[in-house]
Amino acid sequence: MKKVPYRNYISKIFGICIVVFLLFSTSLYSQEETLTQEAEVVESVAEADTSGGDPAKGKQLFNQNCAACHALNRKMTGPALANVETRLAEEEGLDKEWLYAWIKNSAGMISAGDTYAVKIYNEYNQAAMTAFPTLSNQDIDDILAYTAAPPPAPVAAAADAATQVATSETGISNEIVLGALLLIFGLLVMMLFLVNQTLRRIAQANGVLIEKEKAAKRTPIWKAFAQNQFLVLVFSIFLLLSAAYFAYGWFMQIGIDQGYAPIQPIHYSHKIHAGDNKIECKYCHSSARVSKHSGIPSLNVCMNCHKSIYEYSGNPEGPSAEDLANGYTNEFYTAEIKKLYKAVGWDEENQQYTGETQPVEWVRIHNLPDLAYFNHSQHVTVAGIECQTCHGPVEEMEIMYQYSPLTMGWCIDCHRETNVNIADNEYYAEIHEKLSRKYGIEQLTAAQMGGLECGKCHY
Amino acid sequence: MASNKKYWKSEAELNPNDSIVETLRQNEFPEEIPVDEFLGDKNKLSDSSASRRDFLKYVGFSTAAASLAACEGPVRRSIPYVVQPEQIIPGVANYYATSIANGFDFASILIKTREGRPIKVENNMEANVLGSANARVQASVLSLYDSTRLQGPLSNGEPIDWNVLDAAVKAKLAGLQNSDQKLVFLTQTYASPSTNRLMAEYKAAYPNFVHITYDAISEEAALTAYENKYGERALANYNFEKADLIVSFGADILADWQGGGYDSGYSKGRVPANGKMSRHVQLEANLSLTGANADKRIPLKPSAQKKALASLYGMLINSNINSGLNDNTIQTLESIAKEIKSTGGRAVVVTGLDDEDAQSVVLAINEMLKSEAFEPNSPRYTRQGNSKAIAQLITEMNSGKVGALIMDGVNPVFTLPNAAEFVAGLGKVDLSVAFSTNWTETTQEVQYTASANHYLESWGDAEFQKGHVSLMQPTIKELFDTRQFQTAALGWLGNDKSYYDYVKETWETQVLNGGSWNQALHDGIYRSALQDVLAADTDQLASDEDMTTQTEPSIEPLTSALRRLASAEEAEVELTLYSKVGMGDGQQAGNPWLQEFPDPITRVTWDNYITVSRDDANTWGLTNKNVANGGLDGSYVNLTVGDTTLQNVPVIIQPGQAPGSIGLSLGYGREVGMKQEMKTGINAYAVYKGFKAQQNASLEKVAGMHEFACMQLHNTLMGRGDIIKETTLEIFNTKDAADWNKIAHVSLNHQEVPATSVDLWDSFDRSIGHHFNMSIDLNACTGCGACVIACHAENNIAVVGKTEVRRSRDMHWLRIDRYYSSEDTFEQDNIKKDEFSGAFESKTGFEQMEHAATNPQVAFQPVMCQHCNHAPCETVCPVAATTHSRQGQNHMAYNRCVGTRYCANNCPYKVRRFNWFLYNNNDEFDFHMNNDLGKMVLNPDVTVRSRGVIEKCSLCIQKTQKTILDAKRDGRMIKDGEFQTACSAACSNGAIVFGDINDGESKVSELKESDRMYHLLESVGTQPNVFYHVKVRNTKEA
Repeated sequence: MKKVPYRNYISKIFGICIVVFLLFSTSLYSQEETLTQEAEVVESVAEADTSGGDPAKGKQLFNQNCAACHALNRKMTGPALANVETRLAEEEGLDKEWLYAWIKNSAGMISAGDTYAVKIYNEYNQAAMTAFPTLSNQDIDDILAYTAAPPPAPVAAAADAATQVATSETGISNEIVLGALLLIFGLLVMMLFLVNQTLRRIAQANGVLIEKEKAAKRTPIWKAFAQNQFLVLVFSIFLLLSAAYFAYGWFMQIGIDQGYAPIQPIHYSHKIHAGDNKIECKYCHSSARVSKHSGIPSLNVCMNCHKSIYEYSGNPEGPSAEDLANGYTNEFYTAEIKKLYKAVGWDEENQQYTGETQPVEWVRIHNLPDLAYFNHSQHVTVAGIECQTCHGPVEEMEIMYQYSPLTMGWCIDCHRETNVNIADNEYYAEIHEKLSRKYGIEQLTAAQMGGLECGKCHY
Repeated sequence: MASNKKYWKSEAELNPNDSIVETLRQNEFPEEIPVDEFLGDKNKLSDSSASRRDFLKYVGFSTAAASLAACEGPVRRSIPYVVQPEQIIPGVANYYATSIANGFDFASILIKTREGRPIKVENNMEANVLGSANARVQASVLSLYDSTRLQGPLSNGEPIDWNVLDAAVKAKLAGLQNSDQKLVFLTQTYASPSTNRLMAEYKAAYPNFVHITYDAISEEAALTAYENKYGERALANYNFEKADLIVSFGADILADWQGGGYDSGYSKGRVPANGKMSRHVQLEANLSLTGANADKRIPLKPSAQKKALASLYGMLINSNINSGLNDNTIQTLESIAKEIKSTGGRAVVVTGLDDEDAQSVVLAINEMLKSEAFEPNSPRYTRQGNSKAIAQLITEMNSGKVGALIMDGVNPVFTLPNAAEFVAGLGKVDLSVAFSTNWTETTQEVQYTASANHYLESWGDAEFQKGHVSLMQPTIKELFDTRQFQTAALGWLGNDKSYYDYVKETWETQVLNGGSWNQALHDGIYRSALQDVLAADTDQLASDEDMTTQTEPSIEPLTSALRRLASAEEAEVELTLYSKVGMGDGQQAGNPWLQEFPDPITRVTWDNYITVSRDDANTWGLTNKNVANGGLDGSYVNLTVGDTTLQNVPVIIQPGQAPGSIGLSLGYGREVGMKQEMKTGINAYAVYKGFKAQQNASLEKVAGMHEFACMQLHNTLMGRGDIIKETTLEIFNTKDAADWNKIAHVSLNHQEVPATSVDLWDSFDRSIGHHFNMSIDLNACTGCGACVIACHAENNIAVVGKTEVRRSRDMHWLRIDRYYSSEDTFEQDNIKKDEFSGAFESKTGFEQMEHAATNPQVAFQPVMCQHCNHAPCETVCPVAATTHSRQGQNHMAYNRCVGTRYCANNCPYKVRRFNWFLYNNNDEFDFHMNNDLGKMVLNPDVTVRSRGVIEKCSLCIQKTQKTILDAKRDGRMIKDGEFQTACSAACSNGAIVFGDINDGESKVSELKESDRMYHLLESVGTQPNVFYHVKVRNTKEA
């Protein structure tokens, strides 16, 4: 099993500090630059817009109502909407009124037989657009104003340039730091040596005698040790015991893959999904509620969201220094999404499935041996245990790893300490009352309920 | 239904006859490794540069490297669906209702699937008719994953495309349109409304079309007798639940008689309630499962059975029919006749004689008695074979009158007694096609072999009984490039509809009467309210008719039949052919579960044999003996029937076999397309002359001894009545329970006290939570063995093969012990044992008791781990691998077991099984657990055991735990009946009941309070959680 070694924390922290320091010194400028650029863009849009739409408001409305099916610069479920107003006016000779009518009731226009409406309906696999009768003309104007604004592509480019610089710098800085440290250390050793010499010289000069003869008369300590048989015996026993202790410890960890974090075919970040976007674990691992398996989500579950999330644009502050150090750039993540598309057979151009699938061969991280029966639903649904109790801070894991040892001792410890969740569960009502009366306690642990019996997990 | 994988590695593999493929499959290394060449040559060895020291170095290095490498586990891949089917949740089982209708077995069943793989057969409780799966149906799921299945169509043994086959058939059909040559479909019994419709369409399209139905084991006589009387080719239905007296002339009603499935009704009447139970008299030649369950069994040769039937009829109508039977038999028959007369309409007479006269007489008797159990108005359609038509077909084939012969579900070259004529005829047929799941004797002879679907991959329907229609739906997509016959036949007719649409259309127009198709598909069966009314009406009509026409039955047409029966010619040796519970007609001979399934009577696995009575064996010099390794050996004979001789048939001496009669089971002896280990037994179809099970034969002893793999060598109970307690109905009704259900007494402080009152151990308080108990009613158990196979399937039990069974290393967690009495009844055994005085007499006495009586009583007893509360096995385990749970189950942690086998030694019930070998992934045990296909049947919730550990019945803890978890998840209490084990769920006879005795409402706690309740070997003080019910026999004489 391939193990990712623990990183040397001290050097890592030190490295991060340096990186952060170096990053700040450069990115301050780049951020300012992008800000000014964005401001300019918005201004220019505001000036160019004649119909009086508010692009800022429009952006909000667009994200609320349209973004599920439309993007500005690419086809999704529906067509790309950048400059839709001018495009329609120039290519099709359709005015804003047509757009108002279409947005408010597209189905009506199709059934009425409007040529372009029917054409666009057929072009997009006859997927009817939701009607938005609640949008006022002013709202639509706002949205159109937003779509008329040129896409903020340069911003991304600038950011890229900055990140590239940053990444290349971090590489160098680590080496420099190490070199400098070595140098300092060397200097210290030399100084110590020099000070020692100087002191000796001073002592000689002052006539202080260093007593050597006395020491020579004594039996050397190792000889004294070898002659003292009792000490030798005690020491060897101690040595054997400690060797046995460590050997036992080493043997016991064989087959326990705590910290096992294999490289997966698709770099799936639980941190982004469960952490940043706060997606509930059981949205994807839905079978954990009812089955013994938590289940690796099938790719159609991914596509519920990734049909529209086709690229990674990072968190609002941009990739953190640490991410950048690992190469987790926006492009990197977007490339991983493309891997998903390839696996599931999604043709991004035409927004349809090709049917050519390549099932993803994930590397299984949590491997319970066949002889142990574990049921997720028992723990998740009945006991109501948080996923994190066993799987650790998944929402912080960029690379998923095995958090718990998953040994029998670990299971049993928890069964001994954890109280049975009897709230609103009629099944437990009678048995819990009787048993707790028998044991004379308020709350029963899983162990007292019979959770330590061999056959409950081994059959 | 998610998998669309085709399991084959190269094109050549599709042809099972390819010698190269076969060689490659057998040999991992196609070229010999020159071990002998190297090690055998001394010079070469000494010249070799590698010294002993080098060798040790290499060994040391590789051992070190291997152990270092072992520290890292393998990388496991986990591959989710790309698009997950809505109904499938990994780890959760789905159930689908379907039917089996393979021409021999018909049943409405549920199929348990996991992740799209069918893994187990369950009974369909919704179905009133044939809703339970017998041992063969339980095992049929394994045949789906048979690695010898055909993986694509073949032409003369060469793989072809379906297009080629279709084109050939279509061309021939077009040619036959206006030809005087016949187009013949030779098929199994379908009893299918949709297939009947399809055949009718063929008849319309091709005037020269003939559909011939062929049953390997024919019910021709019964069908004809019913047809003559009622005008429809079908079989009368019987409901033995309504019978107080059952008189059977050689009818194996608990096995496959007239399509089988009568055992659950029978069992319901056999449990004494309110002081009453049914009485069963069996007159038969072989000791059958039915005879073993009878209260009174009279061994008679088939010819004598005929005479007896004629005499009985005479006695019933008070006329004297001279049959020439001896006085003893006549007296017995008179007493039976008296009983029948006094029982009247609550009596029923049945026969299994392949004789039209006998069948007609039986129908007449039941009609005359106005038997309530006799239901001729709702006949069964599960046998339709027409042997006259087949005889005609063979003649026509040989005279070149048949242009095309298309077969489905039949293997006539194997099952026809005159197979050679059939093969000769095949040569004169222009086009011969056989649909088959496997390469068989027939596919070997035809031009085109169409790879057929398993029934779990097919659509279909079947009308088992008038008004009871069952649906068949696929539970998995075709594993290979196969097609079901109906799909192909539709295509040849130019109909591009799928057979699913065709079945649905048939149902919507003919069956459903506006009922819901989806509901019918969900239930697997359909009985419309309208049909219920109709059935009631016809019942009413029938009884009205009876009332009017009864009074004096016209015996005129019967007189000649009676005369023929009475003058049945007696032969010196009369052979009765039968079908074994485990093998049936031999369709599933390649199924290792069924091969290892012990015959309920002889307890022999992996074989068929001739059964002879002890007296005849002595006369003919035939012996059975146990050899040093515990195996059973038997003599060989040559069996001659007419002009056919079967060479080297092994012999078993069968207590209860009628003198002058012998028995032999059909279905064994398949050779073509079978794995080496499955080629067992002798093909008895060769002597199935004229489709009659009763034949005149002659025997000739030949040299040599046959090695049997017999599960149980101690045949008799030897008076140890506390294992099987039994009594008679009279004693049961009149005396105190303490008299007939004696509790063993032990000495405590020099005083005799009941064994149940003494205990070495402190008891735990088990009154809280669940406490599982299992009840086994020896009266309801017929010994059918459905539970044994259900246990096999549920618990991933390994098949070990014939040689290992012979060494008593079988792995069955549940066995059904069969005991004979050494006297005529068990009661006499007990008396004899008690009367021994002194050691010497008891020694000789016990030696005598080892031999079963010539007509012994028989008792069946299912035994699995008894889950003792004070288990002797638990205290001797040095590693605490077997422990007890609060819920009453005796746990076995396989990974903790180190294989000392102390527990097995200390178990008084001998239910623990040791894994002598690694039975999975081991090509030495080629019984499905060694290939990917066969492993698909494994239950993912149960560990597959490894070598060197003990295993045993767990009371299906995986099932009880699941039930508990489901209840916890729903937040509800558990209702009685929710807890089931594989065996209790499979037992349609109600013999095995499982449940929670802490639930006062449960059936099992009620059963535990019964007077008949006893524990096995109570005197040992093990306090088992499995209890039995004293067997009550409705005997008059004992």
